[in-house]
Amino acid sequence: MAAPVQSPVDTQSASTQTMTIGKALNNGLRAAMEADPKVLVMGEDVGKLGGVFRVTDGLQKDFGEHRVLDTPLAESGIVGTAIGLAVRGYRPVCEIQFEGFIFPAFDQISSQLAKLRYRTQGKLKAPVVIRVPFGGGIGAVEHHSESPESLFSHIPGLKVVSCSNPVDAYWMMQQAITSDDPVMLFEPKKLYHSSALKAPVDTTATPDPLHSSRVVRHGDSATIAAYGPSLPVALDAATAAQEEGRSLEVIDLRTLSPLDLGPVFESVRRTGRLVVVSEASSEVSLASEVAARVQQECFYSLEAPVQRVTGFDTPYPPAKLEEHFLPDLDRVLHAVDNALDW
Amino acid sequence: MPSPEQWTRPDPGAGPAATAAQPSPEQVIAGLRATTEGGAELTQLLTPEGERLADSRFDPYLADIDAEALRGLYRDMVLVRRADRESNAMQRQGQLGIWVPLLGQEAAQVGSGRALRPADMAFPSYREHGVAYTRGIDFRDLLGIFRCTDHSGWDPAEYGFHPYTIVIGNQVLNAAGYAMGQKFDGKVGNADDVDNEATIVYFGDGATSQGDVHEGFVWGAVYDAPVVYFCQNNQWAISEPTERQSRLPLYQRARGYGFPGIRVDGNDVLACLAVTRWALDECRHGNGPVLIEAFTYRMDAHTTTDDPTRYRLSDELEAWKLKDPIERVRVHLARAGCAEQDFFDGVDAEADEFAAQLRDFCFNMPDPPPERIFSEVYADTPAALDAQREEYLSYLAGFAGGEH
Ligand SMILES: Cc1ncc(C[n+]2csc(CCOP(=O)(O)OP(=O)(O)O)c2C)c(N)n1
Ligand SMILES: [Mg+2]
Repeated sequence: MAAPVQSPVDTQSASTQTMTIGKALNNGLRAAMEADPKVLVMGEDVGKLGGVFRVTDGLQKDFGEHRVLDTPLAESGIVGTAIGLAVRGYRPVCEIQFEGFIFPAFDQISSQLAKLRYRTQGKLKAPVVIRVPFGGGIGAVEHHSESPESLFSHIPGLKVVSCSNPVDAYWMMQQAITSDDPVMLFEPKKLYHSSALKAPVDTTATPDPLHSSRVVRHGDSATIAAYGPSLPVALDAATAAQEEGRSLEVIDLRTLSPLDLGPVFESVRRTGRLVVVSEASSEVSLASEVAARVQQECFYSLEAPVQRVTGFDTPYPPAKLEEHFLPDLDRVLHAVDNALDW
Repeated sequence: MPSPEQWTRPDPGAGPAATAAQPSPEQVIAGLRATTEGGAELTQLLTPEGERLADSRFDPYLADIDAEALRGLYRDMVLVRRADRESNAMQRQGQLGIWVPLLGQEAAQVGSGRALRPADMAFPSYREHGVAYTRGIDFRDLLGIFRCTDHSGWDPAEYGFHPYTIVIGNQVLNAAGYAMGQKFDGKVGNADDVDNEATIVYFGDGATSQGDVHEGFVWGAVYDAPVVYFCQNNQWAISEPTERQSRLPLYQRARGYGFPGIRVDGNDVLACLAVTRWALDECRHGNGPVLIEAFTYRMDAHTTTDDPTRYRLSDELEAWKLKDPIERVRVHLARAGCAEQDFFDGVDAEADEFAAQLRDFCFNMPDPPPERIFSEVYADTPAALDAQREEYLSYLAGFAGGEH
């Protein structure tokens, strides 16, 4: 009897499922918890409720209250005790409910988490992951729409990454957890449940390294570098520019500290023009850092100054005004025009 | 079977603590569910059945509360509840981005708010719409925050009511500092009480875990600041019951900081009024701070984005409905012959009108202009920010002119 012929679709479905970013993060956490009993999840409302965004949905039910901890309401406490647990051999994954509430933990992050290895010259490590839903565009009240990633990228000893699609969400979560360095994962909250971004995630694939950027669209008129919630805006801009006969290269930075700017340099040497897109205010920011490094490495290739399309240098405004504050298609295209018409 | 109160307040040596490694089945339940029992030390002046209990310690603080004043408190609570329900409904209709309901906490807020004098200062969290109302703030001025047209809609100095604070616990330190200032300014302990002032700060059961709240207690204590820490223990911090925050009833924490703590029935407007008046009085005379734990219940979701069916049982809500803060006043007024049906009907009609006005206002609220993004970031605006503003406004004007 002949062996049954497996269709390619069948082989794929065993390890590949289509999902949102939120679900991919959940699956990534689940995979990490299954692989290593020392992985813990801790935070406010992460247990029974499954987190306010449901990213930890079902984990307490499946792994128990000793591995998914509904903690007291104190962010300094969450990160501070996670450091102690990590020193004891655990791999805690902390959820900060919204980026605007991370600041009580700033001291623990900056004074202890980032410096433990350095202070002890490697005798201690703190493999803690801090998950931070960030960014705007959800029509929320104050402190629920901010982009503080530059503040943390500024701290030596910490690693900072951000995902913009389900495949990265799934793998970055696991790579962050297995990293021996503390990693902050900035999750684009407005994209968590976006069905437009649903994508097949192959759990048997070999992921890109955690600290690598990636060209997601090829082009040679100008380069756009973006990350997290700004990535779809950059891609939309590239599609719109295509209609006007301009081909834009889009790079997902993915890793914010350390930055992986090799692909950006390579691209700018071809296009001569760079637009950096981020929701964070631009003064003393990641966008500024990218601009500084590109002018240093690509000085003779640049045809125009590096353009930054970012939030303004103000506090996040009332959400009825956020469409102005957040980089959108028009502002990105306007910056592309500026670069091309320079 | 021991009462739930005992599970969170173990006698030393008498069995395991609520968070012990091997909890009893009852303790497991206590960990999953909030308690409805206020315990023996609960100060209550009006029972859920509407019976007025005599209290030699606190009755003197209600000497002026005659039938008319009690009808006034009833009216306050009905209006506040009605405005809260209307706002909740408007969120459902897309008119507000979010609403933070206060349902069930009317007595705690109206009682404590009515205890304040105009010169006193109140620092709210984000649920204190009832306190805002007692400070004279137009309910309509609260809506901007939730419609996301503004971050704060009133002049704090004019009303003695600080902006809402969303970051849990921050305001407790700010209030302690404000109260230190009242003390430094000679507004505490004057022989003529009219010159004295005090501060009250509101926060939840969950907030008591924050470092800022602990530090706020320490500061108030060390500087003998005239500050009343008013904790509304509504049994839940989103999905986490109070047992996630403390082994000890919250009011008992005060002792560790060196000031008195008292637990009041937060659904009893008379008890909240009397106890808060007492606490403010202590503060004004130099005996502050004081911690009040108002034992109450969040009868609705945490906010309009929350789904409480995921974490709590409906029979808990049913048990608390029997302790409703408004119903007990209504029953008392009717039974004591202090109000006729006309009065209740009149208040209901007034509440309908109040809600209709709120609704009309909300539906017609304009969006703020884009300039608002750049306004009042600094006292002295940096030139670069001015330039950023001009650049953006002319970019916008380009759309109107068809440039883009
Ligand atoms: C520092 C900080 N962390 C987390 C949050 C998110 N959050 C908003 S309300 C809330 C629960 C607060 O519970 P509680 O103090 O009991 O007050 P309640 O909402 O019950 O009135 C949480 C965790 C926040 N606003 N600030
Ligand atoms: Mg609460």
